[in-house]
Amino acid sequence: MKYLLLIYHNPGTRQIWESMSDAQQAEGLAVYAALNADLAASEELIVAEALADSALTKRVTVRDDKTMTSDGPFAEAKEQLAGMYLVECDSVERAIEIAARIPDATFGLIDVHPVMTYSGLEM
Amino acid sequence: MRPSPPQSPPPSIDETLRELAPQVLAALMRRYGDFDACEDAVQEALVAAAAQWPEKGLPGNPRGWLIAVATRRWIEQHRNETARRRREETAARLSVSATPEDDELRLFLLCCHPALSPVSQVALTLRAVGGLSTAEIARAFLVPESTMGQRISRAKQAIKASGAEFRMPPAAELADRVAAVEHVLYLIFNEGYTATSGTTLVRTDLTREGIRLTRQLHALMPDDTEVAGLLALMLLTDARRAARTRPDGSLVPLAAQDRRLWDRDAIAEGVRLITGALSRAPLGPYQLQAAIAAVHDEAPRAEDTDWREILGLYGLLEKVAPGPMVTLNRIVAVAMVHGPRAGLGQLAAAASEPALADHHRTNAVRAHLLEMAGDAEAAAAEYQLAARRTLSIPERRYLESRRDGLSREAASPRPRPASRS
Repeated sequence: MKYLLLIYHNPGTRQIWESMSDAQQAEGLAVYAALNADLAASEELIVAEALADSALTKRVTVRDDKTMTSDGPFAEAKEQLAGMYLVECDSVERAIEIAARIPDATFGLIDVHPVMTYSGLEM
Repeated sequence: MRPSPPQSPPPSIDETLRELAPQVLAALMRRYGDFDACEDAVQEALVAAAAQWPEKGLPGNPRGWLIAVATRRWIEQHRNETARRRREETAARLSVSATPEDDELRLFLLCCHPALSPVSQVALTLRAVGGLSTAEIARAFLVPESTMGQRISRAKQAIKASGAEFRMPPAAELADRVAAVEHVLYLIFNEGYTATSGTTLVRTDLTREGIRLTRQLHALMPDDTEVAGLLALMLLTDARRAARTRPDGSLVPLAAQDRRLWDRDAIAEGVRLITGALSRAPLGPYQLQAAIAAVHDEAPRAEDTDWREILGLYGLLEKVAPGPMVTLNRIVAVAMVHGPRAGLGQLAAAASEPALADHHRTNAVRAHLLEMAGDAEAAAAEYQLAARRTLSIPERRYLESRRDGLSREAASPRPRPASRS
């Protein structure tokens, strides 16, 4: 089964990151690298991406055939989407285990979404 | 009515290449024994052929052409002295070789080596035995090509690290190793068969590929009754493909399918295979599932289905290969033979198992049995629960349509015959 792991940051997350020493930041990145290597080795990783600062986000809506965009960051959102993992694993328990290994889980939060498929069985 | 399928055309270049791929790889393996490098060389030869043959036409001896090109590629990779020495040692060790059929079977077994995870076994089998490119396999499994490429190279490294060689495993291990191959072929088939829309075209290729490879395995080991059962199961299941989805991709339950769309030739071949297998020992789960599929396929109308026989077969299957889905299917058969209340009673007991407690199929079966029992309100609530829990978009649509049908019926009550697959 596929799970989408969405990594959210809150306004404090950035400050925590910036207040870290170079060594601490390097350590954090090494944790990510190790997680990615493990998930590649276990063949569970499909794709992982980090998102640019939410100031660069464009929000798109189409109303009456007109496309409108507005620029981020969006003040009403307390949590900002910061990155994602798409993994393929055997159970939701395993997906949660992976989410808990993402460093941001300790200062932001991770949402684990089961992904729908187009496969189906006749009933 | 659909037109009957056309007479099979001469094989396309693609089909020819896929047919020859394992033979060419086996020939190289016999000579050099190094799976990783041989497989790369064969892929390069296949790419070269796919580029040249459509323009220049098929060479007189396609197999010989591919072996020659693949050998040249292999030698280009192994120009240095140590590699040559190792090659000669390997060749000496492997020269006690057998028939090409044995080689192909060894190739199947190597790709489904126990050192590999099932996903890797599937990918490697499709590439090395099936002759598919990494890009084709990635598209079929809906993952990026780079992910699939990594999977395949990791799998090859794992085979190398395990020290596995290109030869038959000891007799004591053979049954387990063949079972792993059967499982991989079943996964390939199922991945394509359950696809309903979106990338259907690419994915039904997997169904065909699963059947083709299983046919090949069956030809290599005609006396193995489970391999015969697996091939029968695939044919008897795939025979219903044209009837099981509507053009918009929505699912049609077995009981409501237009049986005129079923592939009679596939059913006849499947029935022949399973009848032959069942007359010989030993019995196994693929044969039992094929036998159940055959009972469905042989009923002219849904109401003619011999549910007593199906119930008996599920009883056997539950002994041979128990599992939550087998239990649910047996309970449906109980309801068809002994009535919905008997089924609901058994379902209540079975649903206390953790594997079934929160499963959407438990809700779907309960909904169906409640509908059969005439309790429309409770059935609609269970369909709703099942629809919310499934991870399949076509199943969700189907379950929601059942729920909506029941609410409409509640608005204007009138008797309605129970239907079921």
